[in-house]
Amino acid sequence: MSVYDLDPLLLARIQFAFTISFHIVFPAFTIGLVSFLAVIEWRWLATRNTVYRDIYKLWVKIFAVAFGMGVVSGVVMSYQFGTNWSLFSDKTGNVLGPLLGYEVLTAFFLESSFLGIMLFGWGRVSEKMHFAATVIVAVGTLISAFWILAANSWMQTPAGFEVRADGILYPLNWLEIIFNPSFPYRLVHMVIAAYLTTAFVVGGIAAWYLWRKAHVKHARIMLGMAMLMAGFVAPVQLFVGDLHGLNTLQHQPAKVAAMEGIWENETGAGLRVFGWPDEEAEETKYAIEIPKLASLILTHDMNGEIKGLKNWPKEDRPPVAIVFWSFRIMVAMGLAMILTGVMGAFLYWRKRLFESKPFQLWCMAMTPSGFVAVLAGWFVTEVGRQPYTVYGVVRTADSVSPVLGQHVAFSLLAFIVVYTFVFGAGSYYILKLIGKGPVFKPVDDKPDLPGREAAPFTPTAKPVSGEK
Amino acid sequence: MFSFAEYINLPMVWGALIATAVLLYVLLDGFDLGLGILFPFAPSDQCRNRMVNSIAPFWDGNETWLVLGGGGLFAAFPLAYAIVMPALYIPIIVMLLCLIFRGVAFEFRFKADRSKKLWDMAFHFGSLGAAFMQGIILGGLVQGISVEGRSFSGGAFDWLTAFSMMTGLGVVAGYVLLGATWLIMKTDGETQKWAQRTAKYILLFVALFMGLVSLWVPFLDNAIHTRWFHPSFFFWLLPIPLLTLFCFVRLVVGLRRGDEYSPFLCSIALFFLGYLGLGVSLWPWIVPFKVTLAQAAAGPESLSLLLVGAVIMLPVILCYTAYCYYIFRGKAPHEASYG
Repeated sequence: MSVYDLDPLLLARIQFAFTISFHIVFPAFTIGLVSFLAVIEWRWLATRNTVYRDIYKLWVKIFAVAFGMGVVSGVVMSYQFGTNWSLFSDKTGNVLGPLLGYEVLTAFFLESSFLGIMLFGWGRVSEKMHFAATVIVAVGTLISAFWILAANSWMQTPAGFEVRADGILYPLNWLEIIFNPSFPYRLVHMVIAAYLTTAFVVGGIAAWYLWRKAHVKHARIMLGMAMLMAGFVAPVQLFVGDLHGLNTLQHQPAKVAAMEGIWENETGAGLRVFGWPDEEAEETKYAIEIPKLASLILTHDMNGEIKGLKNWPKEDRPPVAIVFWSFRIMVAMGLAMILTGVMGAFLYWRKRLFESKPFQLWCMAMTPSGFVAVLAGWFVTEVGRQPYTVYGVVRTADSVSPVLGQHVAFSLLAFIVVYTFVFGAGSYYILKLIGKGPVFKPVDDKPDLPGREAAPFTPTAKPVSGEK
Repeated sequence: MFSFAEYINLPMVWGALIATAVLLYVLLDGFDLGLGILFPFAPSDQCRNRMVNSIAPFWDGNETWLVLGGGGLFAAFPLAYAIVMPALYIPIIVMLLCLIFRGVAFEFRFKADRSKKLWDMAFHFGSLGAAFMQGIILGGLVQGISVEGRSFSGGAFDWLTAFSMMTGLGVVAGYVLLGATWLIMKTDGETQKWAQRTAKYILLFVALFMGLVSLWVPFLDNAIHTRWFHPSFFFWLLPIPLLTLFCFVRLVVGLRRGDEYSPFLCSIALFFLGYLGLGVSLWPWIVPFKVTLAQAAAGPESLSLLLVGAVIMLPVILCYTAYCYYIFRGKAPHEASYG
């Protein structure tokens, strides 16, 4: 096969999957992280406990790196719709364009402008203004999530539009477009996911500090906050995820059939814990089932009916194996998070939360769980939407740009090389910052405004060795 | 569903708004890309730290105007977006990759020890590549794009011409001028002296390229030629070249006198006038000589909804952007004031 035979559609899909997967990791982390920072800064201003200030200074540096990588990988996204999906852009621009436009106007500028104050304004603006900047950036990330998830949800459950004779989609009702049927579920599910992702990163790092007996005061606060999230919010996510699944069953039953690996219409369908969906043979091989559980979860009735994939012609089905497996990975991560919360609560009750070594190891292992769950979840929802870009309206094959396969191959290769290098380096610097820990240098507070009391250099803020 | 189509010419308003967003991008990211291009030529490491500190709080916001340009084009003129992006596929992808390197280099060089040199290089070549590609994109657009039906129909290297190479170099020179005059304003001592010398030097190239483009563009298309030289337009348009000439003279005077602010303001005015000149040439095309603003525009309901957002949000954005520049006013520090 020569480069001239490369399938531009497949390559464009791989390129989009690759760049968006890299991108989503950063917003998923920063949405939660900046809210965490806002809480920490509020505690610092309220208690004047320098431990909080040091935690802020550590995580704001990590936030800067992660946010920078999110920005640059996000700029790529805003151009890729045109470079690789120009027919999609032409058809859906009337509907999706305004949503993305609002995201830039109401969120991106807000975040990027006040980020400057958040990162470099310490000591230059008043403490209240600095806190306000942190809160504004946090609100900005949530506004951004609102618009981008409205756009994505509309692609999943399109509403409030019509297709005219020219083949172009035109808006009929903006409220129906924005608040399309799957939007509320996806928004809540994703924001909670972002918060949990951050919680498990913060908790994992805290556990590592406790393991090394370094920065113990900081680590206790960080682990405590992470466990609050794991204990109270992870179970809520299970409930929200269930609602989201019911919504998907209603609007995209083929996706649910792929998630469950169900081929025939079944009443009292069993939950396939494991199995191998075989798209040629149209069956899920080697399945280990829990009887009736899938029907119970999806229809809230032991004998409810679930439609199988064979209801749709082969060319209208999503790729089954990816959806099936990604869904299991996501659920497994979610259950592990809930388990962490339960263990945390138990240890807290036994007053061993900050001492138990096995639990510290477990938390360290759980550090990337949020990222894994977020990526797996997006694989479920995006691959499950195939073979459409706008579900039931615009097919993926009718969305791609008239660009030759070899050029997409070139750009895909370039993205893989550059992203691996750049984001590898970014991860390395984040790890380096974590390794250094919340060490407060008095130099950081130097550009104090006249008349403002300089922050005292207290024993809690001593370098690493001082705490051992 | 509301629509303002009865009261105002929506495609024209949106054409003006997108043009403004792109201009703001060019001016704002222009000086920090220019600074990146100059980076390795600075006389000392201390200068380099100062240079980075002078733009560190702003670059994120500056780059957001590029997202607004791309996102806005998609929103307001989806057809133009769908034609131009595949036509300029390679320069756009390369520009994005360059911007990635440049963007992360900011954050990484603050944290790196041994590999600082590497990120300084990434900063330089990322800025240089992004500027050059933006010039090529400009040239590729201005010289015209092959269109059939609603799609790009030309070859993958149609953009690669002598004209686009020249606009590429021209944009690099222009950004360097913006970067150098920004440094004159934001630094003092050794860095400022060096920036003053650089600005004088690069000004020659800017004059050369602006002259070349001005002579070349009218011959790209007959309509452009007629517009500039037709007796009924000529005197109305005459102020553009005259003001441009005035700005050059004022810039030379300002640099000689050692002014701190006027060179930067004059450079901005130069960019603005050059941009205005191109706008006059290309009106009413958005994909030159093939698709007009009106043909490429999104539906009136979409443009109306967007307009509500833009009218409310753009002034707010400009206010808090100005506030951020105000907070970090004055000369840039030598030390990183991070965190």
